Amino acid sequence: MIDDAVLSLRDAAVSVGGRLLWSGVDLSVRPGEFVAVLGPNGVGKSTMIKVLLGTLPAAAGSVTVLGERPGAAGEQIGYLPQRRNFDGSLRIRGVDVVRLGLDGDRWGVPLPFARRFSSGRRIADERVREVIDLVGASAYAHRPIGECSGGEQQRLLIAQALVRRPRLLLLDEPLDSLDLPNQAGIAALIHRICVQEQVAVVMVAHDVNPILSYLNRVVYIVSGGAASGPASEVITTETLTRLYGTPVEVLRAADGRLVVVGGPEAPALHSDRHADHHSHEHGDRHEALR
Amino acid sequence: MNPGFTWNIITDVQWMWSLPSMVNAFRAGLAVAILAGVIGWFMVLRRQSFAGHSIAVTGFPGAAAAVYLGLSATVGYFGFCIGSALVIALLARGSGTGVGERAHSSALIAVVQAFALALGAVFLDLYGGFLSSTSAFLFGNFLGITDEDVLTLVAVAVVVLLAMAVIGRRLLFASVDPAVAAARGVPVRALSVLYLVLLGATVAEVSKFTGSLLVFALLVMPAATAQVITARPGLSLLYTVVIGVLVTWFGLAWAYFGNQATGFTITSLAFACYVLAYAAKSVRRTLRQGRPGRLEVA
Repeated sequence: MIDDAVLSLRDAAVSVGGRLLWSGVDLSVRPGEFVAVLGPNGVGKSTMIKVLLGTLPAAAGSVTVLGERPGAAGEQIGYLPQRRNFDGSLRIRGVDVVRLGLDGDRWGVPLPFARRFSSGRRIADERVREVIDLVGASAYAHRPIGECSGGEQQRLLIAQALVRRPRLLLLDEPLDSLDLPNQAGIAALIHRICVQEQVAVVMVAHDVNPILSYLNRVVYIVSGGAASGPASEVITTETLTRLYGTPVEVLRAADGRLVVVGGPEAPALHSDRHADHHSHEHGDRHEALR
Repeated sequence: MNPGFTWNIITDVQWMWSLPSMVNAFRAGLAVAILAGVIGWFMVLRRQSFAGHSIAVTGFPGAAAAVYLGLSATVGYFGFCIGSALVIALLARGSGTGVGERAHSSALIAVVQAFALALGAVFLDLYGGFLSSTSAFLFGNFLGITDEDVLTLVAVAVVVLLAMAVIGRRLLFASVDPAVAAARGVPVRALSVLYLVLLGATVAEVSKFTGSLLVFALLVMPAATAQVITARPGLSLLYTVVIGVLVTWFGLAWAYFGNQATGFTITSLAFACYVLAYAAKSVRRTLRQGRPGRLEVA
């Protein structure tokens, strides 16, 4: 079972600037599994992705990605950073952005008219077309990416992350700033890629509900501790109360959605979530899992 | 010397090219347009026009200082342009994606620019005021270009363009998508410094012909026009170079026959191209939006 694990963390911890962000994270992900990293804002969910990419060292414990130390197998990892949208005036097509995911890290410049003579070039073109098809972005891939909607851009960026047939896909809040139908659409797409292409997906999420039905496992991080396991075992009143060290209640709405209530503050729905980007001191505030 | 425009285009061109200085102006114009076009295309894409403008402006005190100290203006252009490119590259830290970082770096660039202009004024004052050179430093001069000038220009252009050919694809990735590029092992920060140095060298060399202010016409306008016309990177780079060369050559001919300043003619033609491209795009977009049944569902 360890052998075919795409990634495994054992008792991993991370500190940034001397401050311990999280510790005691155990996680193992196999091909075709879909895992979410959850937790309140500012707790360091995105640093989990950085550790897996190898750009940030783990402070303790062991981290193995694709059988090697993090960062050694970068070729086989697709990465979608947390981001705002592309500037509306950026004059580059979606297909070019996807293409850069394939060969943008090479030196040199593509030669004009090489398509006619080089089979490598034709194979590359074919792969770009195929992956754009896979995410359902063919209709707008030839438009300037700045003119595409948020959901369209996100599909193209997922295509970019997938274009090299990675075995592991790291997604940092891909549903952030999308409307509800687009959230559902992208979540279903990620699940389909997981199953169809047998890619392991680790996704940092602010809101678990759009992906809840697709998840194999979740990691719930709070400052000082973490729990991992199936969503039905982790997102419970007992586990979260133990993690937070203060009474927390998980409510299940009639349609199956989960809402976390409790803690020192009123359980606000974080509609003004971006205000929290600027003040990470709110790490102790509870997330409403809408 | 200048018989004027006669509508017999072949004789006109023969006349114009019978003068070695005009032939050199056309040769220099070709090299300048290609060099400025390629560097400028990335500058527009990377939204570093303001940085490029400031680097260009520092060429002016550089040239003034060099002449005051009895050195060649070339030394001043290169020293100051590459120097200010390094200052901007090294001080403007961060990936430049955050609003705060951008505000910080644009303030910093403005500081460099203002100080450079003040320095330029001081050196001119120290020298005792040389109005003709001031005008050449700021607005350029395509006349009286020697064979040696052309050779230097071509040498600089070859070095800069070779460097761009090597880093081209990675620089495009780093410009469009810095976070993913960095995760893929592209040295985003080093490329950004290297690009600014290449920009500095380009601006220094091109400024000798176009002046510190009008270098900008050739850096920005062809690239901005091409990026309005197409979003395909390769094609848009090609258009940039073609527009740049045509604008420069027609501008030189216009300046020769019309007895106008080259700065004015080249810039006017480049501006006209941009306005035309922009207008055509707006018209096309209005027509497309006006057509029912083509509304796309996001």
